[in-house]
Amino acid sequence: MNTQDPSVGTYVFVFAVLLLLAALTTGIAYINLGPFNTVVALAIAAVKMCLVGLFFMHLWYSRGLARIVVLAGFFWLALMVSFTLADVFSRSWIKPPGP
Amino acid sequence: MSTAIAEVPVESRMHYLNASYGIKSWLFTTDHKRIALLYLGSITLMFFIGGAAAVMMRLHLIEPAGALVQPETYNKLFTMHGVIMVFFFLVPSIPATLGNFLVPMMIGARDLAFPRLNLLSWYVYITGGAITLYALISGGVDTGWTFYAPLSTHYVTTHVIATSLGVFINGFSSILTGLNFIVTIHKMRAPGMTWKRMPLFLWSMYATSVIFVLATPVIAIAMVLIGAERLLHVGIFDPAIGGDPVLFQHLFWFYSHPVVYIMILPGMGVVSELVTCFAKKKPFGYIFIAYSSLAIAMISFFVWGHHMFVSSQSVYAGFIFSALSFAVAIPSAIKVFNWTATLYKGSISYQAPMLYALGFIGLFTMGGLTGLFLASLATDVHLHDTYFVIAHFHYIMVGGAVMAYLGGIHFWWPKITGRLYHDGWARLAALVIFVGFNLTFFPQYMLGYLGMPRRYAVYPAEFQVLNVLSSAGASILGMGYLIPFVYLLWSIRYGPVAGSNPWGAKGLEWETPSPPPTDNFEETPRITEEPYGYAEPEHAHV
Amino acid sequence: MSESAAGSSLAGTSGRSVSPALHHQFEDIEQQREAGNFGMWVFLATEMLFFSGVFTGYIIYRSLYYSGFAAGSHVLEVDLGAAMTAVLLASSFTMAMAVHAARQGNRAMLLGFLSSTIILGIAFLGMKFTGLNFHPAVDALRGAPEHTVELFMCFYFFMTGLHALHMIIGIGLLGVMAILAWRGKISAEHYNRVEVSGLYWHFVDIIWIYLFPLLYLIGGRYK
Repeated sequence: MNTQDPSVGTYVFVFAVLLLLAALTTGIAYINLGPFNTVVALAIAAVKMCLVGLFFMHLWYSRGLARIVVLAGFFWLALMVSFTLADVFSRSWIKPPGP
Repeated sequence: MSTAIAEVPVESRMHYLNASYGIKSWLFTTDHKRIALLYLGSITLMFFIGGAAAVMMRLHLIEPAGALVQPETYNKLFTMHGVIMVFFFLVPSIPATLGNFLVPMMIGARDLAFPRLNLLSWYVYITGGAITLYALISGGVDTGWTFYAPLSTHYVTTHVIATSLGVFINGFSSILTGLNFIVTIHKMRAPGMTWKRMPLFLWSMYATSVIFVLATPVIAIAMVLIGAERLLHVGIFDPAIGGDPVLFQHLFWFYSHPVVYIMILPGMGVVSELVTCFAKKKPFGYIFIAYSSLAIAMISFFVWGHHMFVSSQSVYAGFIFSALSFAVAIPSAIKVFNWTATLYKGSISYQAPMLYALGFIGLFTMGGLTGLFLASLATDVHLHDTYFVIAHFHYIMVGGAVMAYLGGIHFWWPKITGRLYHDGWARLAALVIFVGFNLTFFPQYMLGYLGMPRRYAVYPAEFQVLNVLSSAGASILGMGYLIPFVYLLWSIRYGPVAGSNPWGAKGLEWETPSPPPTDNFEETPRITEEPYGYAEPEHAHV
Repeated sequence: MSESAAGSSLAGTSGRSVSPALHHQFEDIEQQREAGNFGMWVFLATEMLFFSGVFTGYIIYRSLYYSGFAAGSHVLEVDLGAAMTAVLLASSFTMAMAVHAARQGNRAMLLGFLSSTIILGIAFLGMKFTGLNFHPAVDALRGAPEHTVELFMCFYFFMTGLHALHMIIGIGLLGVMAILAWRGKISAEHYNRVEVSGLYWHFVDIIWIYLFPLLYLIGGRYK
């Protein structure tokens, strides 16, 4: 779907950034950020995913169709997670009448 | 009729059926038309196996104490009926047969995008089917087709793992079919075949394929988890270590509610074709019918929790799921309105396929409206797991999907085989099926309303009259299904030659000879006009 | 997807450029390539939903039983996990380079990068099954003082197992590609199979990119 090809330099650069981020996420685990440890870890994972997707999988260079498929995948994933969580977390809102 | 092609006798012309002979030419074919026939044969077999289980259940229920089998066997019978009919008949029924045959032809392509994946999907289906049949024959399963945890993971001692493996494998056949259709419709349309020139059947196939691709993997993982929990004691649904059995229901219905639309959307597509052809009119509101297919596919993913109102699902989630469930009625109603508006002032001819289509519209409407009762929180508490549910979804699945499937088979049979069947017999069969169907399932609405629960081998004596009526209807319905089997097979050899367009229908598939050549078209067609270019009937000016 | 069936059914469809790599149902090689790529993307969406069931379960239980999950996570060797991540990222890099080489029609370079991807993949699997992680995790699965630690270990084994299964399939796929490249079946014109296998491999890599923080980094490692 792409018409240009990223250069070898781009691949090397992206790879270097990916390694750096992997090291970063491991290092940050040793620092106490409270609940933000999880947030940071997931944010770094998201950045890594975007780098792999955009450059290694050529989404940056591709036409709309592949991007739509990716977005659809995320949308349905979010749908499943959010609706299921909505059930699990609202179960305790109402207590059954006890004896 | 407008047939540009010179009619050559079927025997002397090369087409996909006589292009090559021998068992290998079928088992290793990559021709989408031959694969469609492979599927047709296998799902017909599955239909009769699943039907046999239904016959035994209805016979058993003639007497309140059960007339035929042990309660344990009865449990296995309804599981077998459900598993086979849902996963191995209804899901592949229209997409894998008519869809396989028609999708490339309707867009003017030589084949699907991935012919070998298509053949693979049939082998996957056969493998999954064989494993499931093995499980059912060697002792059966008694969890119901829903495999609810913890019943399926901890308590039953029957062949759950083998059955879930069969369902898991079969899922990949659906995924491959859906993937193939999506790519084909996106990438292989003939020059001039824009999206808005596509027949409505293709829109419904596209919507179905989206569900295939996005929902089927979830049932696959749910089946793997069930298998893993039984086999390796991975306790994700096990309350003993903090697992939640209701999570299984979420995963299961995330697939199994949309799968209902996998079954009915193709039927809607078929009916859209039939109604326009036999009313000889353009569809009323083409774009609404087309987009409502996509809307149904989309909304179908938002409503799964309405199967879980009486599980321990939170009532607040129940509110949301209930409200969203009502939303799915809107695109469904759009379709029904548009079909009836298409019929209005059309020059209608009541040939056999049209009888099925009309049957579909009525029965689907009834099944759909009773679905609203079940989507309402309060009434569902009363009706949940009763025969009302059984009647509701059989009105959709049998009255809807199977009717449309038979209508489609009758409509495209001359194209598939090049032969005409006897229209009188076909009309009779349609009528017998309609009567038998209603007699079977209407009493079940009443039974359910009166409180008879589903999946019980025995029932109180006051329900006997209605149960006997239902069983009597089932015998008529069964006869009705056997009649087409006979005259359709008969027509292959003795039927009159059909010609390329026996119905005077519009669409690319009718512009090529029957049966079509292996490459579908002599040369790649170019589309220059809108779909359904039926001339306005004369009395429309009155 | 080999091209063996292409030749036989070309009769009767005239006026198209007939390349041996072109399957009979397509008009030209570009359409074929787009279809192949798009097909793989659709399949990856399927794969995503396949994993989503487990991820949903994980999110629910992690939020319900946070302490148990953190305790379970601390059983795992975080440095090993980081090293595995690096290895897998490297394999993704070599895979991207393999696609690049295939596009250039450079057979030697393609073979080199394909085999290094395979080796890195096998190395990843080898690290997964070394005693460092495997045995403590199995012990925790069999009898943890707290049941929720067991539940975490169920997820650990199920998710990484599922991921490993995908890795094995991917390694097999790349093996086939290497054989095809060896036989000279991959050309600058017809390299779509390598490209599509690459997409699959990167997807498996992305799954791990998430599995690493989700399984190894719960609750941090600070004292």
